[in-house]
Formats: sequence, C-alpha cells, structure tokens
Amino acid sequence: MIKVESISKHYEGRSVVDGISFEAFDQEILILLGTSGCGKTTTLKMINRLIETDTGHISINGQNIRDKKMEDLRMGIGFIMQHTGLFPHYTIQENIATVPKLLKWDKKHIQNRTYELMHKLHLSTDMLIRYPHELSGGQQQRVGIIRALIANTPVLLMDEPFGALDNITKSEIHTAFKSLDELKNKTTILVTHDVQEAFELGHRIALMDKGKILQIGTPKEMIYHPKNNFVSDFFASNRLLLEHKVTTLADLETMLLIEDIIQPSFSARSTVWSALQHLSRDKHDFDRYEKLSKAFAAYRKMQIA
Amino acid sequence: MMKQNFWTFVVEQHEKLFMQVIQHLGLTFSSLLLAIIVGIPLGILISRKKKLAHFILGIAGILQTVPSIALLGFMIPFFGIGAIPAIVALLIYALLPIIRNTYTGITGVSTNVMEAGKAMGMNSRQLLFKVQFPLAMPVILAGIRTATVINVGVATLASFVGAGGLGEFIFGGISLNNSNMILAGAIPAAFLAIFLDQTIAFLRLCTKLSMKVNWM
Repeated sequence: MIKVESISKHYEGRSVVDGISFEAFDQEILILLGTSGCGKTTTLKMINRLIETDTGHISINGQNIRDKKMEDLRMGIGFIMQHTGLFPHYTIQENIATVPKLLKWDKKHIQNRTYELMHKLHLSTDMLIRYPHELSGGQQQRVGIIRALIANTPVLLMDEPFGALDNITKSEIHTAFKSLDELKNKTTILVTHDVQEAFELGHRIALMDKGKILQIGTPKEMIYHPKNNFVSDFFASNRLLLEHKVTTLADLETMLLIEDIIQPSFSARSTVWSALQHLSRDKHDFDRYEKLSKAFAAYRKMQIA
Repeated sequence: MMKQNFWTFVVEQHEKLFMQVIQHLGLTFSSLLLAIIVGIPLGILISRKKKLAHFILGIAGILQTVPSIALLGFMIPFFGIGAIPAIVALLIYALLPIIRNTYTGITGVSTNVMEAGKAMGMNSRQLLFKVQFPLAMPVILAGIRTATVINVGVATLASFVGAGGLGEFIFGGISLNNSNMILAGAIPAAFLAIFLDQTIAFLRLCTKLSMKVNWM
C-alpha cells in the first residue's frame, strides 16, 4: 500500500504539485489522469524519488520512503516509462536481466522468469538476442513491461506507458497487460492523459488539474457522480462510450433477465459496450439488442437520478 | 635516379630509421596513455560537476592554443631535455580532445536511458560503467583518434628537445639540405599518422557494430 500525504513540489516559485494526498491499495491499479502539466508525472516520480518532495510524506507499506537507501527503494519498485528507456547497448535479454543481476539472482532463475514473462506478453523468445532498435514500438514497450515486472516488486509505477503507441497496438497491449496475474500481488499506479485508457485499466481514477486532485473514485463514480463541473466536462466528449464501458451485464440484473440476451461469447462480467457491439453484428439479434438498450437506459436513469 | 638514392639511403640507414620509428611511437603512445589516464576521469568529473566544465575545458583549450614548438620550449626549464619534456608537452596537447569528447559523450547519453537506470536502482558507479561509459565509447574513441593524429604530428618536433623520433631525419635533412634524409623521416611519419588514424577508426566501428546501434 502506498500512502501519500500532502506532498508538494515547486519549481522556481511555480507550484507543480500542490498538497496532494491519496492512498493506493494492494492489488489495485490507480490511475493518475489529467492533461499535460497537471503534475501527474511529477507526483509519480516522487514515489521512487526520481524527484524529491518539497513537503509532505510518502510511505510504502507503512515505511517512509526516505528511511530506505535510495537504491534499495528503487529496486523494490518497478518503473515503466513512455519512451521505454531500454538500454540501446544491451540485448533484450540483458535489458530484462538488469534488475535481477543487481539483485544477484542466479542465471537459471533469471532465464526461467524471462521465458515465462515473454510468453505471457506474447513475445517470441527469438527476440532475446536482438537489440531494442530492431523491435517495433509495441514490442519495445512489452519488453519494458517485462523488465519492470521480472523482479516481482510490490509496487509498479507506470508513466504514460502506452502513450506512444497506435490504437490497435495499444488495445492489444492493454489486453495482455490486464490479464497478467503478476498485477494481483502489487500496487500499481499508472499515469495517463488518455481517458479511455484510464477507464479500461483503472480500478480507481484520480483526476488531476493544476497540481491538485479534483476527485478520486471508481470509474463509475467518476462518470455518474462527478464532484464538480470540471470533472463532468473532462469526460463529456467520451461520456456515452464510457457509460457503456463502465456498466456490466451483471449491473443490469434487476432490469433484465440476462438469459434473454446472453450469448456464448459474453458473460455477466462483459460490459454493455462489448455486448451491444456483439449483438449489433447480426440481424437476428435485433430484439436482444433492443432489450439490452432499454435495460441500460433504465439503469442509467437510476444512476443519475 | 632520385628514387634509387632514396632507397639506398633508407637501406643504409635502416637501423637508425627503425630506432626513430620506435622512439616516435614510444613518445606518441606514452603521452597518449597518460592523456587517457588523466583526461577520461577529468571528462567524467566535469560531466557531473557542470560548474567545473567551463573552467577545465577553458584551460585545456588555452594549452592547446600554445604553438607546439613554444610548448616544447616551455618544458625545457622544468624538465631539461630528453624524452620527459616531450612526453609532457604531447600529453598536454592530447588532453583537450580526450576531455572534451568524454564530456560530450557522457552528457549526450539520453536522459530517458539514464532515468531508466536510476529507476531500476543502479548507483552512480553502476550507471557510469554499465550505461554512460559504453554508450559514450564511440565519442570517446573519436577524441582519442584526434589526439593520436595530433601527437604523431607534434612528436616530429620532439627531436628539438633531444627526444629523438622521426623529426631527427626531417630536421637533420633540412639543415644538411639532404632531400632523401627528409623523405626518410617524413614518409614514415605520414604513414604512422594515417595508419594509427585508420586503426582507431576501425576499433570505433567495431564497438559500434558490436552494439549494432546508430544512436549517434
């Protein structure tokens, strides 16, 4: 668990992060969402002390981050950055083994973990002997993820990790990333400016502006119960899509008999979005589509009212 | 006729010539080695303490501007004559390109890559040897290459302070008005410069190829 208590950072008199407090729990992905310059990356980098706080405290699992040796603190935190930061003079294998070698793991152990993670992120092991620039952007980013996951640190920090990828590659990596059971035993904080990504990956979202957190909550709370106009305006252009994506068929249980519309390809955990998407393909599903739309409309009314 | 005379001269004087080539190489390499030992750590130091960079590079720059023959002259009161004043003067000449390129190479390593290293928990020593140094190597080698070529050239003047080298034939030939003697010194000196330049260029290519990266 990461506990951040009223941290601030000033650069040349200008306040970049202004008294932020939040907690990130075990097994959760917390998103820091906001436009460029809102202080989200600065907040993230203060957790592994790439940037030092001016005031305030940060603790990880109850221990103040300043009480630990800087190198030890950072070895216990996985870090994924936008431009991968892979070492250009190391092969993929050497890149991935960087932290395990600092931790003095034996060779066999490193190799097994590498193969396991390469497999989970759908990368061919032939790539291990190649150099970062020989890989595509998406592949490099996957390697970056593996490098951050390999030591199985209790904390994972991600700084716009998918920002430089095209939409198709991005959604492929999202899928691979979400299904990683490695995330289950750690606290993950992800920084992004991409609203859809925030809703796709986040268990909770903290919306930031001008160095402050405006609202922190689950995707559903953010969309249905915005605290102020800034929050609702921030999601306005994606609102319809997001509403469909945050609602699962299970949420609509009281409105419709799931058996009425259920298809082999989706379960109670499927989102309304993916179900409608699926039902819109075939003209035999007209009725089902309509039922689901109606149920969703009723559910929506209840949420907003 | 001329050519034949030149060859006869070389054949007659081959022992002396061989001796001078060895002296020349000795002067060049010993000064270069010292310049590397002094210059690379200084380059690393100023890449970390940017305030010093201006000062150190400034001094190395001024020393570089002193005419080579004058610099050799300055050495005599301090070190007398012989190989030592020559080596010190050559060392001073070789310093600037080595310090400057080490500095440029290390400060040129992408901040992204540095940040990744730090974030993974590397200490400053590990960052230097595992990240900065290997990535800066091609630039540092380019500096050593420049220094080598300068030193082969300036080492011809070392004969003025009694340090030997191919300058003996060249300047001896000039004062005796013996073109064959001049050429017997000048041609090997030129070849040495070209040969060493190309050897280091090749080494640099190898380090680049072994990393297969064109980040420069």
